[in-house]
Amino acid sequence: MPTVRVTINRTVYEDEVEPRLLFVHYLRDRLGLTGTNVGCDTSNCGACTVLLDGQSVKSCTLLAVQADGCEVTTIEGLASNGEWHPLQTAFHTEHGLQCGYCTPGMIMASVSLLAENPDPSEDEVRMGLEGNLCRCTGYHNIVKAVRKAASEL
Amino acid sequence: MAEIDPTAVAHEVDERSTAEPEGGRNVGQALLRKEDARLVTGQTRWTDNIQLPGMLHFAVLRAPMAHARITNVDVAPALEQPGVLAAFSGADLAGEYSSLPCAWPVTEDMVQPDHHPLATDKVRYAGDGVAVVVARDRYQAADALEHIVVDYDPLPAVVDMEQALRDEVLVHDDAGTNRCFEFDMPCGDIDQALSDADVVVKRRFIQQRLIPTAIEPRAVVCEPIAAAGEYTVYSATQIPHILRLMLALGTQTDESKLRVVAPDVGGGFGSKLNVYAEEALAVVLARRLGRPVKWTETRSEGYQATIHGRDQIQDITIGARSDGTLTGLNVELKANMGAYLQLVTPGVPVLGAFMFNAIYKMDAYRFNCTGVFTTKTPTDAYRGAGRPEATYAIERIMDELAAELDMDPLELRRKNWIAHEEFPYDTVSGLTYDSGNYEAATDKALALFGYDDLRAEQAERRERGDRVQLGIGISTYTEMCGLAPSRVLGTLSYGAGGWEAASIRVLPTGKVEVVTGTAPHGQGHVTSWSQIAADALGVDYDDVMVLHSDTRVAPKGMDTYGSRSLVVGGIAVHKTAEKVIEKAKPFAAHLLEASVDDIDFTDGAFQVRGSPEARKTLQEVALAVFAAHDYPEGLEPDLAAETTFDPENFSFPHGTHLCATEVDTETGRVSIRSYVAVDDVGKVVNPQIVDGQVHGGLAQGIAQALYEEAIYDADGNLTTGTLVDYYVPGAPDLPAYVTDRTETPATTNPLGVKGVGEAGTIASTPAVINAVLDALRHLGVDDMPLPASPQNVWKAIQAAQGGSAR
Repeated sequence: MPTVRVTINRTVYEDEVEPRLLFVHYLRDRLGLTGTNVGCDTSNCGACTVLLDGQSVKSCTLLAVQADGCEVTTIEGLASNGEWHPLQTAFHTEHGLQCGYCTPGMIMASVSLLAENPDPSEDEVRMGLEGNLCRCTGYHNIVKAVRKAASEL
Repeated sequence: MAEIDPTAVAHEVDERSTAEPEGGRNVGQALLRKEDARLVTGQTRWTDNIQLPGMLHFAVLRAPMAHARITNVDVAPALEQPGVLAAFSGADLAGEYSSLPCAWPVTEDMVQPDHHPLATDKVRYAGDGVAVVVARDRYQAADALEHIVVDYDPLPAVVDMEQALRDEVLVHDDAGTNRCFEFDMPCGDIDQALSDADVVVKRRFIQQRLIPTAIEPRAVVCEPIAAAGEYTVYSATQIPHILRLMLALGTQTDESKLRVVAPDVGGGFGSKLNVYAEEALAVVLARRLGRPVKWTETRSEGYQATIHGRDQIQDITIGARSDGTLTGLNVELKANMGAYLQLVTPGVPVLGAFMFNAIYKMDAYRFNCTGVFTTKTPTDAYRGAGRPEATYAIERIMDELAAELDMDPLELRRKNWIAHEEFPYDTVSGLTYDSGNYEAATDKALALFGYDDLRAEQAERRERGDRVQLGIGISTYTEMCGLAPSRVLGTLSYGAGGWEAASIRVLPTGKVEVVTGTAPHGQGHVTSWSQIAADALGVDYDDVMVLHSDTRVAPKGMDTYGSRSLVVGGIAVHKTAEKVIEKAKPFAAHLLEASVDDIDFTDGAFQVRGSPEARKTLQEVALAVFAAHDYPEGLEPDLAAETTFDPENFSFPHGTHLCATEVDTETGRVSIRSYVAVDDVGKVVNPQIVDGQVHGGLAQGIAQALYEEAIYDADGNLTTGTLVDYYVPGAPDLPAYVTDRTETPATTNPLGVKGVGEAGTIASTPAVINAVLDALRHLGVDDMPLPASPQNVWKAIQAAQGGSAR
């Protein structure tokens, strides 16, 4: 079995994995990093979004072996020194989540969106989050949360 | 034109914190949710997160065709595969569980076919379970499924309800018919009422099939202590209490030895309001193997194996006098059950029976519904369950009637709705609406919407023949929720009561534990119940902990669905808190050296009447009761209280929704320009949470109007079987919403609150479609299939203009 060496949330992991193992299952089932969720099997919902070398990717569409040598951030690694990232705070204050299942992916996608466009319009937020589905909020407060975080970053 | 700021939310409270608000009152404040800290940091416990020592994974082999006789199942080759511990056919497990339950036999002669977790004789829909494999991990289980050999003798599918009613192809051979039930509810003399009418309008509306699509797929884990006959089931369910009862009965497990936990649950919308095959299989497999087992559906598996919603044919006839006064309404419904009855499948259309007459007065009404079996995934409750269908039909046909009478659709509604001074009002379908003010909600919505300006712009665009036409849609809805008074449920043959339980204990440190029988999965009960309890007990919001969704922690409950949690469960919490205060009074009197008759509970503390400086908080009293060194003779040293609250009536939220759509007459593309929702949900516990419920409800109602449809081919294959093919709208597909409220308190509960979970979904689908038709009516378009996709809109325009597209 191939070996992968990957840095996740500033910790280095080295494991033998089946070549077909999805990265999201490596995170969840092997490492116990269950903050990243699986919501579909067609790369549509974005619940599994993580940052791979700073870019948002859907970890259900990535093999663990493809992450070899990469630096990964998941929702568990977003806060620093116990301080929430402004997006985590804004999702909370703007009520940008209800059940919370899409939230880790939605927040990670938003981190990437704001890195590319630090001051997005409402339409740009909506387009930027096109790949992440939420069934609870109707997106209204998610959009508000992302724009609020943008104003504070 | 009207200037609408779509991000404006009129009553928005910007300064929010968890600090105690002014006056110490929590109810009514937009306090930030206690639930969020775990959810935004990934410290969650979804069912699929659970890993237990020795845990195995199972996978279900599903029928690849809609209808076939099973002639042979050979699981032996699967047993040779790596990591496989066991494999079973339906026949292998047949004696270990009984039929999956349907709790709502709507008529005495309803056909209730056997529904075993794995099929034995026939498969009846594509996705019906046939065999199961248990392996060391989910990959090995999935691999091994491919080695099970099943021989099928294919039978013709029957996907169309009217074809099914011809009984040429039987879904359940023993029943001899595909007719599940016929439910008839005549209210007054409908024939007379329609013959009294000057104008009669008839329409057929097709409620397309929808897939609820909670973003968390279903999952279940069962952990056995087989030697003791004890089982813990973790399930992504809305109904841990009902599931416990049903699994105990269905798998012959001692109810007291079966614990059900709904850990963090990622949305439900009715799809997790059920007792599913995989939940029964988990108990049976854990018992057989003596080890924990887990199953998690993939999305495309769930699209076949988790319930669908809607799927009705509605034939509606409405009669009115020439001045617009309604005389009567006749509803002929066909409701698609799918292949089997799940927990409340037949009850869904029956819940709608009381809602077609909506907010309107009329002489007579008749509801007649036929439930039909087809070779499709079973239907069941999807957000609104029967009431969105009813509201769609009445709000659509009111617009058609207005067009026929050449009246403004809003004027027609005003003429017929129940005036606010007429409440409480006994409706033609037999309900008593306790409260409402349709005038106030409508006036507020019109002002926010800029109705007159939009009408002027619409006229201008028509005049100049603009390619993009503007339409305005109205929906003045009400609904019945807060399920429900137990006696009423009894008269409707529902299999259980509609009460809810709560208990409260005050800990020695002053912290308060509120135990609720509701089972939140996104609704924010922990926050809202904390607000209710904190106010009633005079303690800090942050001192309240709400415990739920574990039958060992919260042993009694009826769970969360039907917008019932606040109006039944929240009231139970409030009443329990009042009991705690009453129970504490003699202890407080003892500590204050006063007579109990002189003790008031005011401003969050016990006081001696006339000497307000002598005060004891509940928490001080609780510590003294815990120590129990000095307390009144004859009392038990205890402040805990519990309540089982059975509501006296349903809850009737209402509101006026206005939608402006722009319709491109060349491409058929519809975009929502503005959407105003003014809802009256009575008194509000947490306005931010209520807004969120409305937003999400709107999104699902708009999705039915514009985007979603589960499509089967003639052979019974679900062709929209993945999220690629079934279009759940994303952020770019939906507008910002303008939400506001009027507050007409419910008179049937002490907090004056009404349900809100389904209101947005119920109201919005007709508002959008009425707007689309309003944009196109001058082109001769008077009907629009759901969803109003570009293709359907374009076809409707072509057909109206004499093209051959239809």
